[in-house]
Parts: sequence; structure tokens; C-alpha cells
Amino acid sequence: MPTARSGLGSKTAAVLAKDIRSELRTRYAITAIVMFAVVSAVAVGFASGGISLDKQIQAILFWLVLFFASVAGLGQSFIKEEENGTVNALRIYAPSGSVFGGKYLFNLLLLFALEIIIVPLFIGLVGLQIENFWLFLAVLVSGTLGLAGSTTLVAAIIAKASMKGVLFAVLSFPLVLPLLVIAIKGTEKALYENAFVAGWMEIRVLVSYAVVMTVAGFLLFDFVWND
Amino acid sequence: MKIRTDIIWKIGLLLLLSWVIVGAWVWEPPMGGVSTPEIYRIFYFHVPMALVTFLAYGLAMIQGIAYLKRRDLEFDLRSSTAAVLGTIFCVLAAVSGSVFARFAWGSFWNWDPRETSILMLLLIYLAYFSLRAAVVDPERKARLSATYSILGFIAAVFTIFVWPRITPGLHPGAPGSSGGKVIVMSARTLMVFVPSLVAFTSLFGWIYSLSLRVNRFVEED
Repeated sequence: MPTARSGLGSKTAAVLAKDIRSELRTRYAITAIVMFAVVSAVAVGFASGGISLDKQIQAILFWLVLFFASVAGLGQSFIKEEENGTVNALRIYAPSGSVFGGKYLFNLLLLFALEIIIVPLFIGLVGLQIENFWLFLAVLVSGTLGLAGSTTLVAAIIAKASMKGVLFAVLSFPLVLPLLVIAIKGTEKALYENAFVAGWMEIRVLVSYAVVMTVAGFLLFDFVWND
Repeated sequence: MKIRTDIIWKIGLLLLLSWVIVGAWVWEPPMGGVSTPEIYRIFYFHVPMALVTFLAYGLAMIQGIAYLKRRDLEFDLRSSTAAVLGTIFCVLAAVSGSVFARFAWGSFWNWDPRETSILMLLLIYLAYFSLRAAVVDPERKARLSATYSILGFIAAVFTIFVWPRITPGLHPGAPGSSGGKVIVMSARTLMVFVPSLVAFTSLFGWIYSLSLRVNRFVEED
């Protein structure tokens, strides 16, 4: 049914637009994420104190900072709805698929915004030297897709629990672990002089992780969203 | 009549476990052709415990899915009981393997693919228990934890397939291990190993049915 599909799409866009608008008003998530990224990148720069870090360690630090910075902000997307009491309105207005889609896209945008800030910071403060830019970008984008895919459902889960802040990190870490390991490997390859093909395996794994986790999140979202 | 068969079954399990202990420590000769022949005896206990870990966690997830379909809290009770037992066996398998690894491979933890995947399972289920602790409403607790365990299962499958590409395996028969892909066990080894698998699995079944009964009483209060 084309009408139903276009309705789903337009409602997804509406949920996304609503989230962007309310984020631009409060700037809560983006502030948390950016401040976390700046503080930890500066901390890494200070701690290394001008010593040039091993490329492997740079890749590990980059993804760990990225992961914990995203934990600082991505959890907010559903907590916000619970705290403001807008859950029921949203549930009536949009089908659960659209809610998941909108939140997923919003988290994706937040992560891209975070990366635009964190990559120059790492280049400037930690001395990250990217030899193969396109490989770096491909690993970063495919890793981000997976990160947003698996954390969106976790954000929906923790919004219904207590101790939300801690729980988000605890629940997402084991899920994101395989992604982090592969993304670190891929980033490391991009930091050395490697052809794009060298990281092909990593990109394939990251893309399949992103697809599987996002589809699983989309299918399981109903169970979390509808009380 | 029902009690009779129950007792026979338990006596059978006792005899089977006694045979496994005697067989593994006394009857079976030390493994030939390796530098530390005696420590390989742990294999008769470590592998069954790892097997029970996977069975218990698998059962926990299947019961979780059954809960999501039928919305009966009985399934959630089964799921969480299996998850608790799985975690106990997971810790036992990890510790026994780690002791073996110290003497066979030189360090307690080597980030071998199987060590990593069992650690991953442990992390997922520790997160699962902290999620359960953070939700009060039983229906909601059941729903959220079942959903999380499915997601965790998918992530664990990724680790199991991806990790051998990162570090080569040390376990015999693991992809990338130096020991080769096929393990040939002698008839004598199998005579201890197969009963051990059966005994540990039925031991798990017994503990599981006992703790289910206990947990049902606890829930009723």
C-alpha cells in the first residue's frame, strides 16, 4: 500500500523534525556530547604530553572516546519523552516504526555532529594522522550507522527503567563491543598507508552489523514501546 | 510411581558423575605428546560446563521469546532462572579454562576467540541482571529483559564469527588454531567424555527444576 508507506515515511520525518526542533531549543544532548568529547580529547592530549602515540593506541582512544561521548547523549532521546510526559501523545500520533525511525535518524545526526568535532580535535590534540582518508571515512560512517542502530533500542529500554544514566552504558557496551573492535581495526588500517581494499573486510562486517542491529531494533521496538 | 522413577534417575546421575570423576582423574592415562600431560584432565569438566553455559543461555533466550509471544510470567520465571544458572556455569567454565590457560598457554587470559565469546556472554547477562534490577513492574521487567537478551544474542553471534579474524584460536579445533581443525578422541577418552556431557547436562536439568520450584514460591509471596 503506497499510501501507508508514505504515511510512515512522513511521520518518521515529522518525529525527526520535532526532535531536531526541541534539541535546538534546549541543546541538551548536543552540549553533553560535545563537552564530553572536548574534555576527553583534551585529557588524552594532556596525558600523552606531546609524546606521539602509537597509531594502534590512537585508534583505540578515538573509538573509546567516541563511544563514551555518544553514551553521554544518545540515551536522552527517549528519557526526554518519559520525563516530559509526551510518550502517550507520541504513541497516539505516530506508529512505532516511525518513532524508532525518527529517533534513529536523530541519533545518527547527533553522532555525525559529534564526529565533525571530534576528528579535528584528535588531529590537532592527539596527533591523529590519517593516511587513507576515504577508508577512514568509510569505517567511521559504517561504524556510526551500527552505533546508532544498536543504541537506539537500548535508549528506549532504559527510558522505562530506573538508574537510567549508568544503565545506558552498561547495556550498550556488550552490544557495541564487536563493533568497537572491528572499527578500531579498520581505523588502524586507515592510519597506516594502506589501500582502500585493505579495510574491505572491516567495512563489510561493520555494514552487516549496522543492518542486522538496526533491523532487529526496528522489529523489537514494538515490545519496548507499547506498554 | 512417579517418585520411584525420580529416585532411580537421581541414583543414575550419582553413579554417572562418580564414574566421570574416577574416569577423569584415575582411569584415563595422562595425555601423550604434550608438555603438561596431567592438566588436560580439566577438559572432562571444562567442556561440559561450557556446553551447559550455552544450553542455559539458549534456554533463557528461548523462554524470553516465548514470554514475548504469550505474555505469561511463567516463561519469564523460566528465562531468568536459566539465565542465573547459565551465569554460574559460565563463571565456572571461565575459571576452569583460565587455570588451564595459565599452565598450557602461559597466561590466565589470552583473548582467544572462545575466551572472548564467553566473556561477551558474561557481560551481556550481567547487563541483563542490572536491567532486571532497575525495573520494578514484573510485566515490564520481563518484556525489557527478553528484548535485551535477543539483541545481546545477535551481538554475541557477531563476536563469535568476527573474533577469529582478530586473534588466532588457541583452543583445539578452533578456527586458526595450531592444533588443526579436527580433534580425534580415543575410545577410552570418549568413554569418560560422553558420560561427562550427559551427567553435567542432567545435573543442570535437576538444578533448573529445583530452582524453578523455589523461585515460584518466592514469586507467590
